[in-house]
Amino acid sequence: MAARGVVVIGAGQGGLDTVATLRAKGYGGPVTLVGEEPVLPYQRPPLSKGFLTGATGHDELTLRTESFFAAQDIAVVRGDRAERIELDVQRVRLASGGTLRYDKLVLATGSRPRTLPVPGMDLSGVLTLRSLADAEALRGLLSGPPRQVVVLGAGFVGLETAATARGLGHDVTVVEAQRRVLARALTPQMSDWLAGRHRRQGVGLLLGAEVTALHGTPAGEVAAVQLLDGRRLPADLVIVGVGALPETRLATEAGLLVGDGVIVDQWLRTDDRSVYAIGDCARFPSAAHGRHIRLESVQNASDQARCVAAAICGESAPYTAVPWFWSEQYALRLQMAGLTAGHDETVTVGDPDGARFSVLCFRQGRLTGAESVGRPADHAIARRLLSSGTGPSPAEARTPGFDLKSFVIKPSSPAPAHA
Amino acid sequence: MAKITYLHPNGTATVVDVQAPNTVMRGAKLNNIDGIEAQCGGSAQCGTCHVYVDEQSTVPLPPMDSVEDDVLYGTACPRRESSRLSCQLPVTEELDGLVVHLPEAQS
Repeated sequence: MAARGVVVIGAGQGGLDTVATLRAKGYGGPVTLVGEEPVLPYQRPPLSKGFLTGATGHDELTLRTESFFAAQDIAVVRGDRAERIELDVQRVRLASGGTLRYDKLVLATGSRPRTLPVPGMDLSGVLTLRSLADAEALRGLLSGPPRQVVVLGAGFVGLETAATARGLGHDVTVVEAQRRVLARALTPQMSDWLAGRHRRQGVGLLLGAEVTALHGTPAGEVAAVQLLDGRRLPADLVIVGVGALPETRLATEAGLLVGDGVIVDQWLRTDDRSVYAIGDCARFPSAAHGRHIRLESVQNASDQARCVAAAICGESAPYTAVPWFWSEQYALRLQMAGLTAGHDETVTVGDPDGARFSVLCFRQGRLTGAESVGRPADHAIARRLLSSGTGPSPAEARTPGFDLKSFVIKPSSPAPAHA
Repeated sequence: MAKITYLHPNGTATVVDVQAPNTVMRGAKLNNIDGIEAQCGGSAQCGTCHVYVDEQSTVPLPPMDSVEDDVLYGTACPRRESSRLSCQLPVTEELDGLVVHLPEAQS
């Protein structure tokens, strides 16, 4: 085993899973994880949900304890930032002045929130939600008396935060430029159903609405959101959830191939064979989509981390995982699997009125994706069917009494755990 | 605290002490036991912390709720009568001596 080892830049889910999997697979060289934040790697999904309400504490967010990294002989560089990558000598320069040599480098730099190019974004009371520090600031503001909250963007972060804020008793309005919520992620059926659910909870949803400015008080605190159509929404807290941009500065400056993400091949290698990129920052070829895509999800970061760790350990295989995602809004479990865009037919199964249903998406008669609310079995089975390339036809799915469970072998009677 | 045994598909065993309020899943993650992914962090969304409880085990386990039951339809390795999501097994003194088999794959 070479001596310089593996350096991973970015201590989010993908970075952590890379270093942990390397050790779990028996990698014996030096392993270093570099993160800008002062804290140990933590889970992000609860930041817009349980963490804001206080139901989820710091300890539950932390993915691994201090002693884990010591026991696994993983060096963790915290509160420092990778400043430059020198590909020719396989070295990373840190902002603190330190350097790290590597045999293999993994970029897991994630993404950062987009901002809106309108005046007033720097006013006090205008927040984005990405990091633990962001979530702590927001939790402080949401724990007080009722506020007039305006959420910009009806994506996952925006809607989850809106649902949480509403649940805490705040007055909440969501402003979205698209004509429907989660327009890029959900089918129109699911999108409309979810919008209805938010409205029933008392959330104002302004769709197809463009923000032109944020107005402030003389003291520099946000006071209102100005829309293009002349409406002016009073606000003392504005949460900006208008998407994310891949963190590609290091890769660009190093001269790696970049284009809305660090470009990698199906083994997640950049155009420098010693450097991989994974998670939110990576743009990879998707067999299902037929083109390069970038995915912002825990599943993608985690599965890509495992794929790269296996490759570094000599078990190279292309990345082919079926994408899946989940969201929690109010008491709803919303789960998505596969590809829901690009369908030419959908079949809804279950009971939308009772908040237990799935939208199955088909393209040329083949199942390509599924969206479920309150039907975890549909989601779980759809993921398996999508990874095996099988599934019902649209006609079968339309048959009265159809249940995806009929596509699964029933639990076997008592049997040895390992055949 | 409870002593939990994780049996790998190749027959080797890892025995660790897990403290409350952790789960059997988190016990595996904290000890970097290969074979438990737990992508959703323990919220019964993903099914990648699937284990088979040893058939000989007499350790009392909490009953399975409908969400866990549903998620177990999607495990990468076949579901059996002994299948559980390890994130849904909170560690108590009563779990001392629990033996679980890790499946060949989680995703």
